[in-house]
Amino acid sequence: MSGRTDVLIVGGGIVGAACAAACAQAGLTVALVEADLAVGMDATAAGMGQIVAMDGSPAELALTRYSQRLWDDLARSLPEDCEYERCGTLWIAADDDEMEEAARKATRYHEHALQAELLEQRDLYALEPALRPGLAGGLCVPGDSILYAPRAAAALLAEAERHGARALFGCRVRALHEGEVELDDGARMAARTVVLATGARAAELIPELPIRPRTGHLVITERYPALVRHQLVELGYVKSAHGTDADSVAFNLQPRPTGQLLIGSSRQYGRADPAVDRVIVARMLKRAIAYLPVLHGLDALRVWTGQRAATLDGLPYIGPCPGRAWLFVAAGHEGLGITAALATARLLSDHLLGRAPEIAPEPYSPARAWLETVVRA
Amino acid sequence: MPERIALHVNGRHVEVDRGSTVLAALAVAGVAICRRSVQGEPRGALCGIGVCFECRVTIDGVAHRRSCQILCREAMEVRTDG
Amino acid sequence: MAERRTEVLVIGAGPAGLAAAAAAAACGRRVLLVDDNADPGGQIWRGEGRAHLAVPARFEVRCGVRVVDACGASAVLAESAGGVERLTFDRLVLATGARERFLPFPGWTLPNVVGAGGLQAMVKGGVPIAGKRVVIAGSGPLLLAVAAYLRSRGARSLLIAEQTGRLRLARFVLGLAGAPQRLRQTLELRRALAGVPLLTDAWPLSAHGAGRLEEIRLRTRRGERGERCDLLACGFGLVPNTELAALLGCRVEAGCVAVDEHQATSVAGVYAAGEMTGIGGLDLSRIEGEIAGYAAGGDERKARAGLGPRRRARRFARALERAFALREELRELPDARTLLCRCEDVSVGRAARYPSWRAAKLHTRCGMGACQGRICGAAAAFLFGWRCEHARPPASPARIATLAAQHEV
Repeated sequence: MSGRTDVLIVGGGIVGAACAAACAQAGLTVALVEADLAVGMDATAAGMGQIVAMDGSPAELALTRYSQRLWDDLARSLPEDCEYERCGTLWIAADDDEMEEAARKATRYHEHALQAELLEQRDLYALEPALRPGLAGGLCVPGDSILYAPRAAAALLAEAERHGARALFGCRVRALHEGEVELDDGARMAARTVVLATGARAAELIPELPIRPRTGHLVITERYPALVRHQLVELGYVKSAHGTDADSVAFNLQPRPTGQLLIGSSRQYGRADPAVDRVIVARMLKRAIAYLPVLHGLDALRVWTGQRAATLDGLPYIGPCPGRAWLFVAAGHEGLGITAALATARLLSDHLLGRAPEIAPEPYSPARAWLETVVRA
Repeated sequence: MPERIALHVNGRHVEVDRGSTVLAALAVAGVAICRRSVQGEPRGALCGIGVCFECRVTIDGVAHRRSCQILCREAMEVRTDG
Repeated sequence: MAERRTEVLVIGAGPAGLAAAAAAAACGRRVLLVDDNADPGGQIWRGEGRAHLAVPARFEVRCGVRVVDACGASAVLAESAGGVERLTFDRLVLATGARERFLPFPGWTLPNVVGAGGLQAMVKGGVPIAGKRVVIAGSGPLLLAVAAYLRSRGARSLLIAEQTGRLRLARFVLGLAGAPQRLRQTLELRRALAGVPLLTDAWPLSAHGAGRLEEIRLRTRRGERGERCDLLACGFGLVPNTELAALLGCRVEAGCVAVDEHQATSVAGVYAAGEMTGIGGLDLSRIEGEIAGYAAGGDERKARAGLGPRRRARRFARALERAFALREELRELPDARTLLCRCEDVSVGRAARYPSWRAAKLHTRCGMGACQGRICGAAAAFLFGWRCEHARPPASPARIATLAAQHEV
C-alpha cells in the first residue's frame, strides 16, 4: 500500500465498521484495527440490535431519527442475513400517568416528523393480545426496526473493503499518538486521522473520557413464532431507575425474525465481570412476565451480559478531541450503538471532508467530557 | 403383560406399553419425522438421551417437548410438524 | 420457590453418581441423588438402574429433576414437573456423564440416522426394532455392546463399521491379556455377535433417502460400497458433559472437568466423578464415584482406598483412547453444504469462514440453538480444532419461570 492512511479506525464494532464504510465510500484511504478476531463481537453482538427513535433529549432524538433514516435507506441493500425487520415499537402505558407520558412522547415525535400513534386500551390489545389485561394503552412507533447486528457490522465492513479499506483483526492498540497508533506488539501504524470507536473501552486509550461500562443482561427463548409482533417497551422505562446510578430493570422485548423472543433489560454500573447476575436476571424476567404472562411457561435458551458505553449525559461522544484535531472519538452510545452507528459515521465523514452536516454536531462534541471533568474536579 | 396406554399421535390412536417414551409412540405410529428444521428439512430423533433436541414435538399443546425423554401418559395428544 | 437442604447432593444417577451417593451415605451423611431422566441408571444402565440401588437404599433418589443453574453459593436451581426448587448442600458431587460425539457427513441429518448409544436408549424406551436392518458405525467398544443389545431385541440384520484400523484394534485386544476379565467380556461380546460383520477401517461416507434414510455409502478396506438399511446408528466416541460444572465455576481443561486426587474440582466443596472428568468407562466411573462420595462424606481413608484401582482403570482408559482415536480422514467427511449445526441449520462451509468458535457462533448462530452447541460444538472441535466451550446459563433450556424464581432467594 502506498502513501499514508487517511483514517485509522480503532475498534471493529458496528460503529467502527460504519465509520470505515462511510470514509471509504467518500474516497478516503481507511484502515481498521480490532483486538478480537472478527467484526462486531463485543457490545454489537451482545445487544438487542434495535434501530429506534429515542427522545431522552432533543439531541438524542435528532441523532437517532437521522440515523434511522440512514438505516431505512441502507435497508434495501443489506444482505438477508442481517435480518432487518421493521417491526415497530409499542410503548406500553400501564396507567393514566403513563398514558399522559405517551401523549407527550407522541407530540415530541410529531415535532420531528416521526410517525407515532397513540393507542387506546382496545387498540393495544388488538395489536398485541398476549399482553396482560388491565393496561391503559400505549404509543405505536411504526418506523422502529431491528436487525442482527453482527451481520450488519460485517456488511458495513464488507462495503468498506469494497472501497479499498483494510481491516486487521487480533491487533490491540495500546496507545494513540499524533499521526500514528501503537499496537500491543510494538508495531506502529500511521494515519492522518485516528478514530476511536472502542465503545465501553474508550477510556483505556483516552482516560479523560468519562465513559463507564453499564452492564446489561438479555435472555433469548426457544422459537415461538407470532406470539408477539412488535418490539415492546414499558413506558415506565422512562421513569424507571434507568435514569439513575442504581441497578435497574425494565420490560423490553423483541420478537426476532427467527421466532425467538429476546427479553431485556437491565442496567448496572460497576460490574466489570461478564458473569451473569442471576438475581437481576430474575428481577428482569419477573417484570417481563408481569407484562407478558405467557412468558412464564416458555423455555429460555440462554442468558448473557454485555457492556454498554455510558456517558454522563446520556449522549455519545462524536467529534474531534479538544486540542487534538487528529483524534476523533466515536464512542459512548450506551444502548443506541446500532441505532446511531450510521449517523455517527456520517458526522465523521462530513467532518473529514469539510461537508456541512445534516444535524448540528455540537451536542455530541467530546469537548463536553473535558468540561465535565473540570466541573467534577 | 405390561399395562397398555392409549394416546394420540397427530390425531391417530396409538397404544404402547406403560413406561414407553413419546418417541416410541411416534415409532409405533410410523412417524419418523418429529419436526421441521429452521430451513424446513425433516428431522427425527438423534441422541436418544435428551441432549440434541431433534426429537422435539408438541405435547398437549406445549411446544418443544423432547419426545425421547417424556413418558407416554393416557390420552396424551402428540403433534409433530412433519 | 421450594427449598431442599441436604448434606451431600449428587447430580446424575449413572454409575458414578450411584457409587458416590452410596459412599457418602456410608459416611453417615444425608444424601440426595437427583437425575433428569425418568429412572436412575444413567445411559449405561438405562431401564435397569433400580437393580443397581442397594435395597434398602440409604439415600434418597429423585428422578425427573433437572438442575439448570447455580443458585448462589452452595445451592443449585432445579426444575421438575412439580415446579422450581433450590437444592442447598454442604458438599456437591457432579456426575453428569457424557454424550455421544456425532461427526457430520452428507445426509447425517436424515430421519433414522441416529446415535449408536442413542438407538439403544430409544429401544429401551420402547421404540420397536424387531425386523429392522441396522448399520452401526463410528468408533469404540460401545458399538459392539449396542449391536449385541439390538440383536437380542430382534433387529434383523446388522453390520458394524469401526473407523479404527485392524492392527490397532488387534493390538488393543492383545493388550487385554493382562486383564483377563475384560478379555473374557470382549470375547463373550464377540461370540454374541457371531455372524455380524465387523468391518474395521470403515466409516459412513453419506446417507441417502427421501424424507428418511434408505441407503448409506460406506468406505471400507475394499473400497466404497452401498448398503440399504432402515437405521444408521453412529457414535464416534463420547464427549464429557461439562456444562453444569462450568456454570458452577469448576475449571475445565481439554474438555474435561479438572479434578485432584480426591475428585475435588477447583471449587471448594464440589467434586466430580465419572465420564465428565475424562472418558474411562463403567469401572473407572464407579471407582471415581466412590472416591468422590467418600471424600464428600468426609472419610478420607476410604477415599484413598480407591486410588490404586483408579490408577489401573485409568491405564485401561488410556489404552481405549489410543485404540479408538479418530482418524484424520473423518475431517474430510462433510462437504461445504453439509450441516454442522442442526438446531440453526448452519453448514460446515459457513462456519469454516470464521477464525474461532465464538466468531462462528455470533456470525452464523451455529451452536446457539436449543442444544446449545452440545452436538455441533463437539463436531466443530474435531473438524476445526476450536475450543468449543459453553458457559452461559442455563445449563439446559429452562422455563422462564424457573429463572425468574432466583429472585426469591
